Amino acid sequence: MMAEQNMPLWEVFIRARNGLAHKHVGSLHAVDAAMALGAARDVYTRRGEGLSIWVVPSRAITASDPADKEMLFEPTASKIYRHPTFYKVPDDVGNM
Amino acid sequence: MYTQGLLDAKDGPDRRQPEPEAQLQRFHERVDAEEKVEPNDWMPEAYRRTLIRQISQHAHSEIVGMLPEGNWITRAPSLRRKAALLAKVQDEGGHGLYLYAAAETLGIAREEMVEQLLAGKAKYSSIFNYPTLSWADIGAIGWLVDGAAIMNQIPLCRCSYGPYARAMIRICKEESFHQRQGYEIMLTLCAGTPAQKAMAQDALDRWWWPSLMMFGPSDKESQHSDTSIRWKIKRFSNDELRQKFVDATVPQGHHLGLAFPDPALRFEGASGHWRFGAIDWNEFRNVVAGNGPCNRQRLAQRRAAQANGAWVREAAIAYGEKRAARGQ
Repeated sequence: MMAEQNMPLWEVFIRARNGLAHKHVGSLHAVDAAMALGAARDVYTRRGEGLSIWVVPSRAITASDPADKEMLFEPTASKIYRHPTFYKVPDDVGNM
Repeated sequence: MYTQGLLDAKDGPDRRQPEPEAQLQRFHERVDAEEKVEPNDWMPEAYRRTLIRQISQHAHSEIVGMLPEGNWITRAPSLRRKAALLAKVQDEGGHGLYLYAAAETLGIAREEMVEQLLAGKAKYSSIFNYPTLSWADIGAIGWLVDGAAIMNQIPLCRCSYGPYARAMIRICKEESFHQRQGYEIMLTLCAGTPAQKAMAQDALDRWWWPSLMMFGPSDKESQHSDTSIRWKIKRFSNDELRQKFVDATVPQGHHLGLAFPDPALRFEGASGHWRFGAIDWNEFRNVVAGNGPCNRQRLAQRRAAQANGAWVREAAIAYGEKRAARGQ
């Protein structure tokens, strides 16, 4: 049973419909990419959830640290001039 | 990422450090504000332990729950029923896997959880220690057991822990089919011969009280409720959920023309609730302690499945290593 711990983890991403991006749906264990794809098909697409699957070794993903959240994302909160509603356009100009 | 809790478990921060008051307060503020807690976020050690216990028990329940129903796949009365039952049991295997994956984000390996189950150290839902004696039991399980599970699981879709909440959303979507296929089996039996209807009645008689016990001890006795509600892991108490289930289910049973095995069951007009008789908590404690009708059989079946599947896992690993060595 301990041998099973050698089975790497994979993150599973599914494209639900044509034109949409792949979206993370969960993870699973498999020894190689082909088996990970097969398992992802069985575990995550039993009801027509997708048209395409990506499996990515979990080890290959670098994630931002939640502790850095404020440093990374807070500065944008004050940059309201990046949004269209910051700019005044007279009503009689119409939609812009 | 989703599973980094597991990948980083060994070299992560020392969890025996005292928990800083400021972080604890910040955590509670986030939970109170209905923010989701994600795998790499700081969380109190007791929150992590509670979730590991609850999610792994939930996963074990799905896996062990495949056994009583799997018992009837080869004897389903028609191809339609067989295909539906097969799909339902397959879903339960899938639900177990989603849940093990959610628990792994908290830093425990699936193998460790499986070992705890097979060693008899981990619990699973007491309901799966009752036998499926007739085909009507498959109807009663879908209607009552999955119905009770849905009642428990819908509030879990809003659980404060992100990966658990997301797994529950998937699971709830799929469970609805389980309950409806069960009720349809009951409807068919109740519209059939007197012997078929008697079979449905017998199944209700045997599954009703164990289904009520699925919600766990009454609020006065429950060990884990208060903190779980404060952490927004639970949204309703055991007794509240049990009452919701009874209110929803009794009219469905009457529609079938069946009688509930509870002489005290009556509708209370003032509150709009169905009031029910006393639950035999001795039976519940006895089953949880390992002495239900099928506890030993269930664990023996899981251990056999694990042992009989060992060669498949070993072969897969050998194949993976061979391909890696060849640089494929």
